[in-house]
Amino acid sequence: MNFSYGYRAPDTIAEAVRLLQEGGSGARPLAGGTDLLVQLRHGIRQADLLVDLKRIPELSAVRYDPADGLTLGAAVPCADVADHPDIRAHYPALVDGAGIIGGSAIRQRATVGGNLCNASPSGDAIPPLIVLGAEAEIAGPNGSCRVPVSSFCVGPGLHLLDQGEMLVALHLPIPSPRSGSCYLRFTPRGEMDIAVVGAAAWLQLDESLSYIEDARIALSAVAPVPLVAETAATWLIGRPADSESFAQAGRLAQETARPIGDVRGTLPQRLHLVGVMTRRALQGALRRAKGETIDG
Amino acid sequence: MADKVHVTTLLNGESVEFLCAPSQTLLECLRDILGLTGAKNGCNDGNCGACSVLLDGRLANSCLVLGAEADGRTVITIEGLADWAGLHPIQQSFVEEDGLQCGCCTPGMIIAAKALLDREPNPSDGRIREWMAGNLCRCTGYETITRAVRRAAAHLNGEGAEG
Ligand SMILES: Cc1cc2nc3c(=O)[nH]c(=O)nc-3n(C[C@H](O)[C@H](O)[C@H](O)COP(=O)(O)OP(=O)(O)OC[C@H]3O[C@@H](n4cnc5c(N)ncnc54)[C@H](O)[C@@H]3O)c2cc1C
Ligand code: FES
Ligand code: FES
Repeated sequence: MNFSYGYRAPDTIAEAVRLLQEGGSGARPLAGGTDLLVQLRHGIRQADLLVDLKRIPELSAVRYDPADGLTLGAAVPCADVADHPDIRAHYPALVDGAGIIGGSAIRQRATVGGNLCNASPSGDAIPPLIVLGAEAEIAGPNGSCRVPVSSFCVGPGLHLLDQGEMLVALHLPIPSPRSGSCYLRFTPRGEMDIAVVGAAAWLQLDESLSYIEDARIALSAVAPVPLVAETAATWLIGRPADSESFAQAGRLAQETARPIGDVRGTLPQRLHLVGVMTRRALQGALRRAKGETIDG
Repeated sequence: MADKVHVTTLLNGESVEFLCAPSQTLLECLRDILGLTGAKNGCNDGNCGACSVLLDGRLANSCLVLGAEADGRTVITIEGLADWAGLHPIQQSFVEEDGLQCGCCTPGMIIAAKALLDREPNPSDGRIREWMAGNLCRCTGYETITRAVRRAAAHLNGEGAEG
């Protein structure tokens, strides 16, 4: 097999788009390379040109504006996301997700943008982005556009970007008052493992902090794409924010999940875990919505 | 075959230039072009940490970095730690605490420990273990490694090493 490919590191989005378009299907964006370089080495993906995005200033920028929300450049490493004070304050589920990808060395390189574009059903940053209402900003030969992250992945390893298009940034809306979010995953090992099941939850409470005004739930590793548990989330609206409601939401999430059995977990185990992880993620989101901290 | 890339990097404090294939990893460049064999190829997949280096001060698995990506960056490998005065305090602590047996994981362990202690001078044992989770060791059982990092922290903080 031929593992050789060219390498370019443009410093503008326009130049990157041009290289990607000219390179056709053999050209691939390179962010942290923690998925791509491994996949190329094992012949899982092919490329004849890697377009390194890390030298484009916009892609490495993080900007939080209290009126506008968060703009997270597509090539910002997970470690920087997990350490960023504004992200820690306002988007805790994203900190949960970005903070458990790989180990400390992987997180210095791996990006949230790469996690999304790799489009793995088990990508730990994707369910948090979905429940936080993130939009993906895409640049391409025909200009730029935004799509909700919830519709970005279309199959295992597949996303909706066309030839010549790339992810520029993720946009997260300002957090609403009395809201909280949380992402949890189940893995046999504490570190350096891939989710058997993961669940992200976002909750917004009413003024009394006792009832749920709005909710979103997204799951990893239980379907060909990161999955929105719409029925469970909608059911929660207007219900008391308590463990009974969360248990029922967990049951409804189980009905939505379409897991397979594989080396990481059997089908019944995954289904069981969907209930457990959904419930716990909701509990975490509730505590944060009330202003409590839940990290160790 | 794609054209070779010309790379200029500040390697262990010295400006170094080399030519590599665009698909060659930084690990391959260090070992096969530059003759620095301290960083090891354990898994070539990002899983073991034996290839750890500091890239612009950040911990990185050099098997998952292209040599071309090092252009204009600073790289520190295990070879850059000791100086004329002797071993680096982290290396010294690994010797004193028996933090190694076969030594295969050791360069990566020490680089990872340096990355941690450079940013957090006083990590707890739990934090050390969590930070080093991407560095695998088949020999020691990790206890002496954790102790070595703790001892190194004490050294670097100017406390007399205990025990
Ligand atoms: C040891 C190890 C442990 C890991 N642990 C985890 C884990 O716990 N959880 C987890 O979810 N993942 C894990 N991963 C997988 C990987 O680290 C993550 O998915 C990471 O977030 C990928 O980001 P990256 O920047 O390295 O992406 P890359 O490898 O650079 O890119 C991934 C894919 O996205 C494309 N791409 C990247 N950026 C863009 C862009 N801006 N526009 C368009 N396409 C783009 C690339 O062409 C490629 O196809 C692990 C990997 C390793 C090696
Ligand atoms: S050789 Fe790079 S992590 Fe194992
Ligand atoms: S000392 Fe042998 S692998 Fe760690």
